Amino acid sequence: MANDPIHQFNIQTLFPIEVGGMDFSFTNSSLFMVLTVAATSAFLIFSTSGRGLVPTRLQSISEMAYEFVAGTLRSSAGTEGMRFFPLVFSLFMFVLVANLFGMFPYFFTITSHIIVTFALAMLVILTVIIYGFMKNGMKFLKLFVPSGVPGALIPLVTLIEVISFLSRPISLSVRLFANMLAGHITLKVFSGFVVSLSAMGAVGIFGSILPLGMTVALTALEFLVAFLQAYVFTVLTCMYLNDAIHPSH
Amino acid sequence: MAGQTHSTTEGMHEAIEVPAAEHGAGFPPFDSTTFASQLLWLAITFGVFYWIMKNVAVPRIAGILEDRRDRIAGDISEANRLKEETDAAIAAYEQALAEARNKAHGIAHETRTKLKADHEARREKVEAELNGKLKEAEAQIAATKTDALSQIGDIAGETASALVEQLIGKAPTKTDLTKALKSAMN
Repeated sequence: MANDPIHQFNIQTLFPIEVGGMDFSFTNSSLFMVLTVAATSAFLIFSTSGRGLVPTRLQSISEMAYEFVAGTLRSSAGTEGMRFFPLVFSLFMFVLVANLFGMFPYFFTITSHIIVTFALAMLVILTVIIYGFMKNGMKFLKLFVPSGVPGALIPLVTLIEVISFLSRPISLSVRLFANMLAGHITLKVFSGFVVSLSAMGAVGIFGSILPLGMTVALTALEFLVAFLQAYVFTVLTCMYLNDAIHPSH
Repeated sequence: MAGQTHSTTEGMHEAIEVPAAEHGAGFPPFDSTTFASQLLWLAITFGVFYWIMKNVAVPRIAGILEDRRDRIAGDISEANRLKEETDAAIAAYEQALAEARNKAHGIAHETRTKLKADHEARREKVEAELNGKLKEAEAQIAATKTDALSQIGDIAGETASALVEQLIGKAPTKTDLTKALKSAMN
């Protein structure tokens, strides 16, 4: 069972809670959600508690995270987009820390479950739709009718735009989910090779050097992916929010 | 306790159905029985996280960054103000220096003129004095000369009369002698 690469994604109930026949148990996934939130909040609050004019190292990490997200949001959605900063910052920090927590051995990766990433993606898309209609009213629908398109092509282009809009939550959630899932499975498979090969005697131990090297390299790659996917999720969120603020292309 | 039972049964379930797991049926991320719990806990945890970010972390970091920006802007304007003050002080100093130099020039010029005038006056006075003395001396010389000359006439007369007496044995008359002397001296 230890070698099963899927085992790490199992949801294990820690405290069973059942309401009206629905299973709302506190699971290992819930535990890591709580840990992610607690660790991130604690870090951001304690590192900035000095409010130093000259930042300490930890304070500059918090400031860098803030300015990184602020820069991303401002460059894609403009100054008006800054009203969504708490949401975008929360999403970035939550996904980033959840991804990075997943890199610890025996830790559960909450973003490796499609329902979590889909819920986060739907949060973004619903924010875009609700804010888009609140701010622009019916003009928000202009998003689907690009200007400067010849009359005959409008139905076709509109259809494509609608499909592309509807596929956004799917692509946004599947990208994050699939990256985390595939990365962790690959890592597990290669490290599994090391274990099973080295059990085969001297030749096996020699042969296990290659998958060991791969595991090391993949670990580095996975740290990159953990950051990159959090960043991609954030950038796309910013671009979708820009659509809500400025619907006409 | 129940949790343990749950995981054990699930472990057994997987041990039996490994091929099925590969086909997606037992694949944990697609197990819809866990969706409700994940959604609920995600909503709770992310909701709390959003609240903390929005009300504590983000305003605090924004405040820190803004304070720093204000402080830097304030420091820069203070530095500019001090620089302007320094420039003004330098300009004032240079003006004072130029004034002092002009004044010094004036004083030097005045002193020089005064000294020159003094000098000139003294020189003129000394020259006048010298001229006076020169004239006196010349007058004295002239008097002495006249005196000497008149005495020369007497001596010449006596000598001539003695000579004539020696030559002719008879002293010439005073009138002849004077006449002769006069014609000889002219």
